[in-house]
Amino acid sequence: MKTSRILALVLVLVLALSLTSMMVKAQDMTVIKIASQSPLSGPQSQLGVGIRNGVDLAVQQLSTDLMDMGYEIQYVPYDDQATPDVGVSNAQAIVADDAILAVIGHLNSGVAIPSSEVYNANDLVMVSPANTNPLVTDRAYPTVNRVCGRDDLQGPTGANFADSIEGVESVYILHDTTAYGQGVAEAFQTEAERLELTVLGFEGTEETANFDGLIQPILALEPDLIYMGGIYSQFGIFINQAAAAGYTGLYMGPDGFDSTELAELAGDAAVGVYFTSVAGPASLYPNAAQFIEDYTESFGEAPTPFAAQAYDATAIALAAIARAAEAAGGVPSRADVASEVRATENYEGLTSTITFDDNGDPEIGLYYVFQVTEDGVADADGDGVADWQNELLQTLEIPSPLMAAAMAEMEMTPEATTTP
Amino acid sequence: MTLREWLRQPTVAGVLIVAYLVVAIVAVLSLDRGNIIFPLLSTCAFPPLVLSPFVILASPLPGRLKLSLILLVIMIVMPVIGIYDGAYMELVTQICIFAGLALGLNVVVGFAGLLDLGYIAFFAVGAYLWSMFTSNVDTVFNINGWLVPGWTFYLFLLVGVVIAAGVGILLGLPVLRLRGDYLAIVTLGFGEMIRVLARNLDTPINFTNGSQGLSGVQRPPLVPGLSEGATFVTQTMNIRTDNIEPVAYQVLFYFIAIAILGLIILAARRLEDSPIGRAWTAIREDEVAAIAMGVPLVRLKLLAFASGAAFAGAIGVLYGAKQTFVSPESFSLIQSISILAMVIVGGMGGIRGVVLGAVVVTLLNLQVLKNFSLQINALKNIDYVVPIINFHISAWPSQLEPAKYERLVFGLLLVIMVIFRPAGLLPEPRRRMELLADKAEAQDEDADGKAKAEG
Amino acid sequence: MESSRKAANPLRQLVGWFTTPPVTGHWSYRFILYPLLQIIAFISVIALFLSAIAYLLAFLFPEPRPNILLLQQVNRQLPGMIISGISIGFVYAMIALGYTLVYGVLKFINFAHSEIFMVGGVIGFEVMRRIDDAGFIQTWNPVLLITTIVLAAMLSSGLLAVFIERVAYRPLRNAPRLIPLISAIGVSFFLTDFVRAAQALIRNDFNLTYPTNDLEWLRGAIPVAFGEVTVNVKPTSIIIVLGAVVTLVALNFFVNGTKLGRGIRAVSQDQATAGLMGINVNRMISLTFFVGGAFGGAAGTLFGMNVGTITPYVGFIPGVKAFTAAVLGGIGNVTGALLGGLTIGMLEAFLQGLLVYFPALGQRYTDIFVFLILILILIFRPSGLLGERVDEKV
Repeated sequence: MKTSRILALVLVLVLALSLTSMMVKAQDMTVIKIASQSPLSGPQSQLGVGIRNGVDLAVQQLSTDLMDMGYEIQYVPYDDQATPDVGVSNAQAIVADDAILAVIGHLNSGVAIPSSEVYNANDLVMVSPANTNPLVTDRAYPTVNRVCGRDDLQGPTGANFADSIEGVESVYILHDTTAYGQGVAEAFQTEAERLELTVLGFEGTEETANFDGLIQPILALEPDLIYMGGIYSQFGIFINQAAAAGYTGLYMGPDGFDSTELAELAGDAAVGVYFTSVAGPASLYPNAAQFIEDYTESFGEAPTPFAAQAYDATAIALAAIARAAEAAGGVPSRADVASEVRATENYEGLTSTITFDDNGDPEIGLYYVFQVTEDGVADADGDGVADWQNELLQTLEIPSPLMAAAMAEMEMTPEATTTP
Repeated sequence: MTLREWLRQPTVAGVLIVAYLVVAIVAVLSLDRGNIIFPLLSTCAFPPLVLSPFVILASPLPGRLKLSLILLVIMIVMPVIGIYDGAYMELVTQICIFAGLALGLNVVVGFAGLLDLGYIAFFAVGAYLWSMFTSNVDTVFNINGWLVPGWTFYLFLLVGVVIAAGVGILLGLPVLRLRGDYLAIVTLGFGEMIRVLARNLDTPINFTNGSQGLSGVQRPPLVPGLSEGATFVTQTMNIRTDNIEPVAYQVLFYFIAIAILGLIILAARRLEDSPIGRAWTAIREDEVAAIAMGVPLVRLKLLAFASGAAFAGAIGVLYGAKQTFVSPESFSLIQSISILAMVIVGGMGGIRGVVLGAVVVTLLNLQVLKNFSLQINALKNIDYVVPIINFHISAWPSQLEPAKYERLVFGLLLVIMVIFRPAGLLPEPRRRMELLADKAEAQDEDADGKAKAEG
Repeated sequence: MESSRKAANPLRQLVGWFTTPPVTGHWSYRFILYPLLQIIAFISVIALFLSAIAYLLAFLFPEPRPNILLLQQVNRQLPGMIISGISIGFVYAMIALGYTLVYGVLKFINFAHSEIFMVGGVIGFEVMRRIDDAGFIQTWNPVLLITTIVLAAMLSSGLLAVFIERVAYRPLRNAPRLIPLISAIGVSFFLTDFVRAAQALIRNDFNLTYPTNDLEWLRGAIPVAFGEVTVNVKPTSIIIVLGAVVTLVALNFFVNGTKLGRGIRAVSQDQATAGLMGINVNRMISLTFFVGGAFGGAAGTLFGMNVGTITPYVGFIPGVKAFTAAVLGGIGNVTGALLGGLTIGMLEAFLQGLLVYFPALGQRYTDIFVFLILILILIFRPSGLLGERVDEKV
């Protein structure tokens, strides 16, 4: 029978391999690994690869401290396929590898939440570059941190700014039906309604290419501003088509719009688009310019949104590992690394200065409002990529909910301070 | 005596099987994650162990011995290995989940011949059922943190079966008259509808919490003794584990998944051999003839939908509790399609084949391909140079990093598998006969054509 | 009874006349006038029917949301909805043709067809981009430019489809019917990531943006007045409609008026007998794949030009919609694909346009309604709008 032949073959294979496994020696124990999880395949891979590249660059540039201490830093990227099953399965493989001391990820909150249950159960620290869903940190796990903003703060920032623009009385809200896009759009809507802006529509769409049908009611309703909860890859195309169809109002989006690609996708209509972001401008964070240059050189493309945050998240993790290793006088335990990450204070990152609160949110979030300018869309240095030097219109300093509560208790007013 | 005859002797086969098991277990347990070629070794060591029940089943051993060997592997070897390395436990649990789903779909597609492209919907119904009641998000069934106690999980498994079967009948009713690809598109639409509903039913009444998903879903309480057992294993194997609770939960879900899968296999076997199963076969082979023979078409088609859905419902409840988080992203069309791929790759209609298909496809997707890219990455990290062609792995362009192209390889393997084994890895006997008959017919036709051309 | 049946007869005759191509008559009538009349008839019937429903809704719910008069909104949106419905409807129809032609001869769903559509879009982009990079794009005649791009996309998608059939489907010709389906799914996974890898190597880019903005005659919108309402019609929408009509008329001629077309029809009716009649069945199947693939490719590049940007993952949603359209029209029936595609496209545009005004629903339920209507139609006509009843098994 065929089965017995296959059986014999498998047997030989297993025997041969168990022999080789005994022959190959275990590696030096001073290897420390950083893992990342993000979608590297599928339609969301563009942002996922950006996260992967950000981590890669940080590991290449920032592991000198640890190397001086005698450790070798290795980077292991995982593809979570934007699917919870795959993310959890990867998470189990990650926690089983004792050499991995930190995880940077994920892109999707839907994957991050179940996967972080696994990390947390095994004391492995996760620093998220992109999960803006409030729930990620509201569980108050000691191992879960994020360097990005929160939907429930970023949405209102946008709404407040929209309200302050002269002539904006009605808004039309679109979102991409993901946890990120819908979350930020809902927060925008709540605040807009509170500010008595007329919300003409609140619509979700999974469409990624042909927006003709969606645009028709917008043209008929004539909103002053369209808010789009989502990512540039979808809404850049939307803006292009809306402008071509004759919409003449304003556009606004969240930090998913912070990419030079927006200029390419939306064409001339990109000029004037507002977006909110937690990533500071290059003028305030000079390192960011260097990062963009290094990133473009290494990977041949401009950084996507969250790539800089991934770099910062990795930097925080590496610094924490170095501190923990020094304290432990050897390879630190995962719990030590987690508490060191949480203890991060005034870390000067590419895009912001970060101190974590007890939930793992940045204590004080700086939320910026930008507007895309002609110069930002132009390609002055001729590298085929827009310069993305956008005008900073507003900076808001908003404490995280935990901080705000603490401040209220101390009878301080947690009011946002505004600088024009 | 030829080698084959020698191998068919029960004693020889028995010794070989035991040797196989021992080698596989030792291989898996001796692996060290620090090893630079760990991914490669793990890929070679673990799948043979997972596949060992199939090898045992195919061996010429007496039935009772086979059964006890398989039970040994499932009830003792797997949990111990799973406690030793949680990644394996997760993998086996997911394999059980997908195998159960594939068996359910097999009832609809394999037995009754009704192509269903929206099967994941019933799985979603089960998952959301448990999560709506026990999540820490306020839903219409769960206000102000009012929680259904964890032990009701076992009750909900039954409720999931009933509700999913009901939804199956609801879907079945309007589409009974449709055949073949018309049915396929309607079921596809149904699957999408359930997903869109899950995504949008947070307003006006919050059922599913929309795209944010339901988090903090409750788990059933740990069975007494499980933590102690797990602690015992970790101590005897000398593994450092500070926190035994997650390990114990993994073991618990593994055993629940195994139990559900076992029940599904039993139910599917009973269905297959029953008059109902034969009537399904009749419908599958020729609907008109089946009606002529007095097969009650409507009732049987509905029954196929209902029983397939029921299996998925129970597994959905388990999935919700295991993940503790449910969101619409888990229930996309791609998932329906990959379950269909498991059924067809394994061998439509046959129970053993379908389970094998689920094992192979899940292992490929979650272990083999992952390990392949991890291996390349590890070699890149130590700047490995491929001998003979003198190629630096680190010079491989980052655009072509293997982790990004797991889907591509998966697609390629699917094509290769069906081309070389068109009836599946373990074809159902009836299908195999059919295929042979078709081939003979085709050859006859070819011969005729040639004869004509020459004449 | 007798009289009512008689009353229904003229209508039924009319429907029959518009859905069954003539087999006799002068060639200019059979192959040019009739198909054009058919397309115009389909569009007008669907548009009239949906507009009537829109006005009925406006009558039933005069003010679905505070301060919004539905009648006024319908008046404003109607021309825009019809135009966007027609342009996307033609795209669906062209993709659906690929599904339906292949189904006709092989009785299986070519799941990889949505990827062939995507490849057409990518090839169209490559050609246009290269012409642009070489600096010729301004000097070329618009008709010549569009024809070159579309033909390049058609040729490469057609050849790709033939190649896929040869490698992934032909070895499975005698396998059970669901087996090629899995092969097709495998091909589909492979193609998306293969294109992504190729584009990553060539331009390190993921979003492929057609350089339509570099062309004066492609970028602006043409204002067209419909009474008091002015609609900005995109030039690309006009190109889609013209391109689709030209290729559809050509296809009709090819299938119904040439020897090769007759061969394809013979093979789709009865492979074995067609083989006995001296038709090279394999060659006919390859030809069918070529034609279907070419249509997918043309649709891909027209779609790409219209939406502006293509990614390797763009094929999936239009693919599923077009598959729905093919089934709605009656899979295997070429006229049915056209009718199904236009119906789905228009229906979608109307739903997207009007669901906004019903706050409990919204545009996110568009697909649910599309599928519900599909199920309703299939309950009353289990073989689609124009499909014939066939006995078949999985």
